[in-house]
Formats: sequence, structure tokens, C-alpha cells
Amino acid sequence: MTMLKELVGRNMEEIAYGGKVVVETINLSVIYGKRYAIRDISLKVEKNRITAIIGPSGCGKSTFLRCLNRMNDLILDARVEGKVLYRGLDIYNREVDPVAVRTVIGMVFQRPNPFPMSIFDNVAFGLRVNGVKFSKTELAAKVRDALEKAALWDEVKDRLDAPAYSLSGGQQQRLCIARTLAVDPEVILLDEPTVSLDPISTAKIEQLLRNISSNYTIVIVTHNMQQAARVSDYTAVLMPDEEMVGRLIEFGPTRDIFTQPRDKRTEDYISGRVG
Amino acid sequence: MADTLLESSQRFTRRDRLKETLDTLAPVFLSIGVFIGVATVASLLLTVVTSGAHRLTPTLLTDYPHPNPVQAGMRSAILGTIWTVGLSALICIPLGIASALYLTEWSENRFVKRFLEVNIANLAGVPSIVFGLVGLSLLTYGLGWGRSIIAGAFTLAVMTLPLVTVAAAEAVKTIPEALKHGAYALGATKLQVTRYIILPKALPMMMTGAILAVSRAIGEAAPILVISGLLFIRQDPTSIFDRFTVMPLQIYNWVSRPQVAFQELSSAAILVLLLILLTMNAAAIALRYRYQRRLVL
Repeated sequence: MTMLKELVGRNMEEIAYGGKVVVETINLSVIYGKRYAIRDISLKVEKNRITAIIGPSGCGKSTFLRCLNRMNDLILDARVEGKVLYRGLDIYNREVDPVAVRTVIGMVFQRPNPFPMSIFDNVAFGLRVNGVKFSKTELAAKVRDALEKAALWDEVKDRLDAPAYSLSGGQQQRLCIARTLAVDPEVILLDEPTVSLDPISTAKIEQLLRNISSNYTIVIVTHNMQQAARVSDYTAVLMPDEEMVGRLIEFGPTRDIFTQPRDKRTEDYISGRVG
Repeated sequence: MADTLLESSQRFTRRDRLKETLDTLAPVFLSIGVFIGVATVASLLLTVVTSGAHRLTPTLLTDYPHPNPVQAGMRSAILGTIWTVGLSALICIPLGIASALYLTEWSENRFVKRFLEVNIANLAGVPSIVFGLVGLSLLTYGLGWGRSIIAGAFTLAVMTLPLVTVAAAEAVKTIPEALKHGAYALGATKLQVTRYIILPKALPMMMTGAILAVSRAIGEAAPILVISGLLFIRQDPTSIFDRFTVMPLQIYNWVSRPQVAFQELSSAAILVLLLILLTMNAAAIALRYRYQRRLVL
């Protein structure tokens, strides 16, 4: 944690990086074995904005997202080419500790994956593993704060000791968001967070994302175009080419993408003719 | 319309005698093995109980072996088993769980991993007498540990290590990838994911495998026979370098004597051994049952 922030601090002074772009990818490619999954993706993620990544299944949206906090390191034969800059610092730099990256750039997954522990312990997990010793009251305050931000506090405040599996699917997913927020990240990556949820739970999560977006930089992968249109400020469209390699075909403010797409394929995709 | 109705009712009453007969006969063939197994165990139990039940007295457990069957007990064999198998469990359970974690979570090279897995599976198939001979040459003579408890314990530990490892590795593989990734995404290190996510969920299943492996070690005679020899011991072990005997050897010893009284004693000793093993198996099943119920929750 400290190492990353030190490195970042040094870098920021060196290049006096502008504060608006938090994450930037330059010619980012991922190779599984010998096959490219995504290739040459360059885009900039702006601070305190929601950036949506849309595209048909198999176009590499999740693969791209997992590069942004080095989750692809966990996949044995995945190789990453190009750069991912966090405030100007390449997170694939040798000096960077991938574990530290994940505390600054958190991630929420497709299906709610709460740990088999109590609601409280789920939220406290990240704080505990990060090695900072909190007093009991500090820990309780941080857990409460995270649950409030995730709009879950009122529903669970009387049963923090209950197992996380006793919550409904939507509540579990908000718990996973709370768990991520508790570590106090700057960027939150969400990989199709509502794909397994009903419309009401989905609406709650979209609302919560809008609420926290003033304090966090959010990147959300979704294959639901309405969702991208509803929640995001910027939209990136990924599309597989003839060799099924994911390419970035269009990136810009969400309104422009949906009202006047420049690329014919984007137009076809968002109007439902392909994908 | 009427014709089609008639046809379908005919179809309902059409019977294929051959298929029906096969269906009735199938369970008979399929259950042959089950009946042979159950019948063998039942007849064994019946023999052992009828010949040994009246010898099942507290003194059987508390007395040392004696040339006079009336005064003979299996105290030194029980203590020897507790010391040897207990020590081997202390060695093989932590080692087995550790190697399972290494194989499933830590080793990165796919070929090395595959190679190690195949070898451990092969190790599980090596006859136990071979382990005894290896133990004899390496530990008893090589390291100069003699025919001691520690030599026997290490031999049993190496013999049960693959069983514990394979069971523990299966347990680790049941942990969903999503849970591990969830923890990694919060900045947990590999060791923390192992400690806080994998171990708590996999431990009951690991222990089930460990108990079964240890109960196999309790019943083993061959490797211990090679290491300790057939012994007549009339004192309690006081250190891990003492000589020892174990229950299966005591049974073998008694059963090989001509007197009827000793035959009966060996039946009683078999009952004691069976009781211990069945208790351990029941514990393993209970643990697995509890674990499965928790998964549903």
C-alpha cells in the first residue's frame, strides 16, 4: 500500500500529471496462451466519473477490466502487453506490488461472492488483511460507513452477526460493494454486477453507483446497454474482430455514443441489430 | 378419432416381457457385490464375537502380555499403537495439508505440478510392506533410530501422507474460485487467502480424509512387523526411541499360538481394534455430514 502511494507520489511530482485522468491504458493487449483476447486498447478513465464498457459476449470486456487491477495475474497463462497507468504510474512496473494495486483499485464481480462469515466480518475482511490495526470502535465505524455508502446499513444494522448467506442476492451484491468500499479504494471496477439480479435490486445498485460516483472513479462492464445509458458518463464499445480478438471501436461521452455513434458497428450494436 | 384412441390404449397395454424380466433381474445382479461384502463382515463379526466376547474384560486392556492366557492382556500393544499412530498423525496431517496447499495453490509450473500429482497418486498405491522395508533401511539402520517408535511412526507417516494429501487437495478444489478472487480483490495476499478463505472451509473435509488415513495406519501390520519384529513387551513406552508393538501384531502373535485360549484372546483383541476403527470411521462420516449441511446453508 505505502509502496504504491510512494511510487505514485514520486511520479506525480516528476511529471506533474493532470488530476483528471486516473487510469489510462496504452495499447493494452492480453494474450491467453498464444491467442490475443484483446488487442491495442487505449482509453482514459476520468476521475469521479462512471465509465461503462459495453460489447457483445466474448469481446474481452471482463479481460480488459481484470487488467486494471492485475487480477489477470491470477490466471496462469495470461500475458499482458502495453501499459496500464494509474496516475501516470505503470501498474505493471516491476516495483509495483499487485496486492497493493488491488487495495487502491477494488473490484466487484458478476455474481455476489460474500465470504462464508458474518455480515460484519465480510466488510471488515479487507481492513483486517491489509495489516492496519484498528481498535474495535474504529473498525465498527468503518464497517458502518461502508455499509451506509452501499445503501445496506438500514437493512442489516440489527443483524450484523448473521451469516452473509442469509441476505438476498441483491443485498449480497451490495454487501460485496460495501466490502470493496471499506478498504477505501480510489477506483472501483464492477464486472457485470447486476447480471444475476432482479430489476429492483438492479435499480438499487445503479442508484448507489450514482450516489458514490462523486467520490470514486468507477468502471463498469455491462452487456445491458440501457444500464450503460442510465448510469455512465463515458462509454467504451468493445467488439471482436474477424479473428475474435476484442478491439475498442468507439469511446466517448455516453450521450454521444448513444445518440450519434460514429462507427457503423456501434450503431448496429446499440440498436440491437447485432450482438 | 375412435381408431386413434383405440390405438393409443393398445399402446399402453403393450408389454415387452423381455425388458420387464431384465428390469426385475437387474437389481439381483447389481447387488451381488454388496451381499458378498456384508455377508463376509457379518460372518467375521459373528465368529469373532462368539469366540472372543467372553475374553473381553477390562484386564485385556490393562494387563501386559503373559505366557498364561488367563493373565495376558494387550496393554503394551494399545500403548504402542497410540504412541506410533499418534506420532505419525502429528507428522503426516500437517505435512499432507501443506503439500495439498502447495500442489493446488502455489506451484505455478503446470508440468511440475502434474508430475508431482501423478507421483503422489502412485505413492498411494505402493504396497505397505515396501514402506516398511524402506523405513527399515533408511530409519532403523541408516539414521540409526533402531527398531523404535519414531522409526515406526515415520514409516506410517510416509505411508499415509499421500492419502492425506490427495484428500486435502480434493478439499481445496471444492473452494469456489469466486471466493478466492473476492479476497484477492480486497488486497489479500496468497497466504491470507489460504489462511482465511481456503483453510476454514476446507478443513472439515481435510480432517475427514486424515481420519480415514490414520485409521488405515492403525490397522497396518506389515510395515510395523518389518520394523519392530514380533515382540514380547512387558513395559510402557517412555520415550519415542523405545521398542514397541502394535495391536495388529499382538493379534497376529496370539492367533499363531496353538492354545484355544490364545485364539479367543486374539478374537477379543480384534473386537477392540474393530471398535476403534469403526468409531474413527463414524467420526469421519459425522464430520463430512456436518460439513455438507453447512454448505447447503
